[in-house]
Amino acid sequence: MAEREIIIGIDLGTTNSLVAFMAGDSPAVIPGEDGINLVPSVVALDEKNQIIVGNAARKYLIETPDRAVYSIKRLMGRGVDDVQEELKLFPFQLADDLQPGEVVRIRLGEKTFTPPEISAFILRQLKRNAERFFGAPVTKAVITVPAYFNDAQRQATKDAGRIAGLDVLRLVNEPTAASLAYGLDKKQNGIVAVYDLGGGTFDISILKLHDGIFEVIATNGDTHLGGDDVDNLLIRIALDDIRGDLGVDVSRNGEAVATIRKAVIEAKIALSSRESIKLDIDLPGDKRYRREITREQFEHLIQPIIDRTVGPCKQALKDAGLKPQQIDEVVLVGGSTRIPKVRALVKELFQREPHIDLNPDEVVALGAAVQANILSGGSTATENMLLLDVTPLSLGIEVAGSVTDKIILRNSTIPASASQHYTTQIDGQTNVAIHVLQGERELAKDCRSLARFDLKGIPPMAAGMPRIEVKFLIDANGILQVSAREQRSGKQAEIEVQPSYGLTDEQVEGMILDSFDNAEEDFRQRQVIEAANEADTILAALEKGKKSPAWDELTTEEKKTIARLEKMLVEVKIGNDYQAIRKSIDELNQATTRLAELMMDSAVTTALKGQNMDESNADEGPTAPHPMAKAEFK
Amino acid sequence: MTAETTNPVLSVLADRDGDACWSCGDMRAAHFCKSCGKVQPARPVDFFAFFGLPKKLNLDVAKLERDFYLLSRKLHPDVYAQANEQEREWSLEQSSRLNDAYRTLKDPIKRTQYLLHLEGLELEEQSKNATERARATGELKKQVVPPELLEEVFELNMQLEEARMNKKMGENDAALAEEIEKQKQSLEQKYEALSLELGRYWSNWDTALDAGSEANQIQARDRMVDLLNRRNYIRNLVRDVNEVLES
Repeated sequence: MAEREIIIGIDLGTTNSLVAFMAGDSPAVIPGEDGINLVPSVVALDEKNQIIVGNAARKYLIETPDRAVYSIKRLMGRGVDDVQEELKLFPFQLADDLQPGEVVRIRLGEKTFTPPEISAFILRQLKRNAERFFGAPVTKAVITVPAYFNDAQRQATKDAGRIAGLDVLRLVNEPTAASLAYGLDKKQNGIVAVYDLGGGTFDISILKLHDGIFEVIATNGDTHLGGDDVDNLLIRIALDDIRGDLGVDVSRNGEAVATIRKAVIEAKIALSSRESIKLDIDLPGDKRYRREITREQFEHLIQPIIDRTVGPCKQALKDAGLKPQQIDEVVLVGGSTRIPKVRALVKELFQREPHIDLNPDEVVALGAAVQANILSGGSTATENMLLLDVTPLSLGIEVAGSVTDKIILRNSTIPASASQHYTTQIDGQTNVAIHVLQGERELAKDCRSLARFDLKGIPPMAAGMPRIEVKFLIDANGILQVSAREQRSGKQAEIEVQPSYGLTDEQVEGMILDSFDNAEEDFRQRQVIEAANEADTILAALEKGKKSPAWDELTTEEKKTIARLEKMLVEVKIGNDYQAIRKSIDELNQATTRLAELMMDSAVTTALKGQNMDESNADEGPTAPHPMAKAEFK
Repeated sequence: MTAETTNPVLSVLADRDGDACWSCGDMRAAHFCKSCGKVQPARPVDFFAFFGLPKKLNLDVAKLERDFYLLSRKLHPDVYAQANEQEREWSLEQSSRLNDAYRTLKDPIKRTQYLLHLEGLELEEQSKNATERARATGELKKQVVPPELLEEVFELNMQLEEARMNKKMGENDAALAEEIEKQKQSLEQKYEALSLELGRYWSNWDTALDAGSEANQIQARDRMVDLLNRRNYIRNLVRDVNEVLES
């Protein structure tokens, strides 16, 4: 069988992001260069205007808060006018020159970026982690999104993938992905509820598992509810305390707020396993904020936040036509489900002990890897597995009286479609405007505006004569596609799309070109740099080797060969040919194997004589010029 | 969001002769080739025909679900993720038809409404949107109060109006709420009775279809339209009552 292209699974989270792949029969998370699985969803711009992502970017949140951003997922697919609430709670700095109706841009230092671009930096980091891991370019991915994400938020996520040089084969809903990861080793039938409370979003999905088919029956949620809300509440309390007790207002001091944020997050996490925690925060001006929080107090404080998950759960059950007793399993996903009070709430709601067998931080990424495997043609492990998801929100169009006429109801299995017929109101009219909405409310103004379409090029006829069929189709990613046809003339009507909140194709295209060149080239460059670095290491080690007594034990022939290969490596490593550098490194490695062994022997002998290595051989040490045989003494 | 300007499915359909699979030439099933498994371009068939079913109202929902799963495995876009653009397009089209058809047929009321729609009959516009629209535009909604309910509905509407007024004034009339609740229960009973009655006409329709009796078919479907109109009318009333009681 021909080797299949690798498709990675990505969990692009509010707080942390992860990349995973299918290692044989089970999914595995790919760690970053630092060996850590979780990549914090933090992006910073350093003093040289280089983009920093993940753990390395976290220190900028405190040191230069105006050059760093977190929780960007909150702003995905949103316009200037509907982020005002977020701005009260998050230190997002919008660009000064934003026009109404424009996609928001965030200021990092002197530069500005749209949320999809910032998400793309995170995705690019994950892509690189995967490429380092595989030693090959990665261009295809499955990315997860909250089940309750609307069309604009999904499109923004897809755009982010494209900007990062990834072909996004599928957007998968996070709770559904989690169920795939769980379903893999528990091949059983039944009804499963997935309660997913993450950093910034909440989803509840109810699925029917049937011989490998994962059929979502109902989903509900809140795309602005999660651990962030708990953090913001604790920050606000701390700021109030500080104002009251210490008489200072530090709420406008970015550095102080970032310090408080870090401390309360640590406290929140600790309170999941401890009964009480002491906050002790150093503030500017030699002030110090100290306070003890007990778990009881904490639980009392967060009750209103976690109670907001109850409504969506009840609605999902109602939509599924099920009673809590009919749920066979409940699965917990998302870091916030580590809070004991959240677990107690879920247990009460569904009247059973929830499952937490898989790491709630990783399970979504693992599920994304499973779906990636299914899309790549499947394997023995995923054979017969098929995901049937639903659209979380009803799709409607605005009709007379500013009322929403729902044409695809929420919880319809996707892909789903609906056709509508339109006609003209004036003789010779050639255009018809259509306003597409998403949401459950009756009035158009209460729903989310998705896009306005102009049907153009309608053949001029008497009013009411044209019969235009517009087909709305929600694809397997939960994203809307529209096509139209004038039925009397058979003419394909022209549609002009004006997304209410989103980037145009041209804008996305421009961002890809602006940020970096094509993915292959990008990868090749990095391979060359990494190989050149390895060459430097081996050449430096060889220099040391030549000074060691072992060098003298080599034959003239051996020394000659080494010298020739050394010269060759020095020459090719300044070039751009990865294969040549690689080959040259391997040859030199092979030629110096005996030298490495001799050096190790002498090192061991020296050590056996009871001499301290550092004293006897201070500078040279036992470093062999062979990277695979590094001597190590403890 | 993407806007499509061409419809490859229809153009292929027009060019195709016979029922052969475009890929291997063999073709027995309408949606995927039984020989090579490839997805076929969608054909403009109704939802019953999509599942190979006669236009009957009594149907085996368990079998429908099995067929839905079976066809999903053959037609879903996940299966064609790595296929060429044309096949992906067909798969998207076919699986959306499959989902639309399954959603409509598995629900007995939707199934009945769909069949009546195929028969060229339209129900009175009873949706909440129609009500809102009528309210907003001042147009009269096409809706007839079932005669046997006239008196009851008149009284109930008076009570609902009173309850709404009370609510505006911040008052709470427990006796009134109880009275409304009682009416609601009576309506719900009527609703259930209508649903049961509707079921009887399914069999009438199916039998008439088998016998090829057009007169009996017309009688059955006209009766179903009437029942559904009344049923929907009561549903809307109950919804109004719930709104008043809940808030």
